[in-house]
Amino acid sequence: MTSGALFLAVFLACAVEAVEATTIVLAAGTARDWRSAFTGTAIGLLVLAAIVAILGPAVSAIPLRGLRLVVGALLLIFGLQWLRKAVLRASGHKSLHDEAQIYQTELTAAQAAGAERRLSVPDWYAFTLSFKGVVLEGLEVAFIVLTFGSNQHDIPLAAIAGLAAVVVVAGAGFAVRAPLARVPENTMKFVVGIMLTAFGTFWGAEGAGAHWPGSDAALLVLVPAIALFAIMLVRLLRRVSAESTSATPAEVH
Amino acid sequence: MIARLRAFAAFWYDFVIGDDWRVAVGVVAALAITYGVSTTSIPAWWLLPLAVVLLLPVSLWRAVRK
Repeated sequence: MTSGALFLAVFLACAVEAVEATTIVLAAGTARDWRSAFTGTAIGLLVLAAIVAILGPAVSAIPLRGLRLVVGALLLIFGLQWLRKAVLRASGHKSLHDEAQIYQTELTAAQAAGAERRLSVPDWYAFTLSFKGVVLEGLEVAFIVLTFGSNQHDIPLAAIAGLAAVVVVAGAGFAVRAPLARVPENTMKFVVGIMLTAFGTFWGAEGAGAHWPGSDAALLVLVPAIALFAIMLVRLLRRVSAESTSATPAEVH
Repeated sequence: MIARLRAFAAFWYDFVIGDDWRVAVGVVAALAITYGVSTTSIPAWWLLPLAVVLLLPVSLWRAVRK
């Protein structure tokens, strides 16, 4: 895996999570108080940076084979869950992730909540909403940075990729002061699901003692093969959906 | 206190395991089989891709049937 591929994989995964966190912070700032929302965001980012800084060296100290086994297993479980949701969304069996709708829901809830000042934070609700949004969405980012970075012995590059994604997405979000509904989030999640599944399969098998034919080059086959398989499943589920819709009136007769 | 512990456990369960626990169990089982086969002279690399090919459609099918 080259540095460019590591950067791209982490950047895309982190960008998806950053879009979701930005929506929550925007709702907290717009409906409540920008200062409290920014304070919650800043402290949330500090917590995430501390997690990466503390766990990074600890994870790097684990022997590579054990690390790949555990990380491979977790990435494969994560990847299959992401891919499962992405296939269900792409085939119409689950509603698409709609940032505009999520923003409206968060905005309404934030407007309805009562105001309270705590620990010199003017609006505690806006603070906690932003903090929770950043930390919960960012935990996956921290996990991806640590797993991809440690496996490639380059946590700093993975951290820079994650940070770059957060800066780009958050910058765009605050520039337009609106949820990033035009970001192709569902497509990005599909791509990230494929990458997590492919890397989880590769590292998990290596950690369990298997040897891939062609060594690292096997990834060049795994990624497109999993992508094709997922696309095939989307088409199959769309056909099942269409057939069940067209079969329903016939059953009435 | 118990409610907080439960919420903490539920968060980590949701974070790591997700919507379908069978996928997690299947992955762990496939890794164990891969380890077992890798100690023999038989190649073991194909077992995890096979697990992906089996687990993903089964999980999707269960979700669609719901």
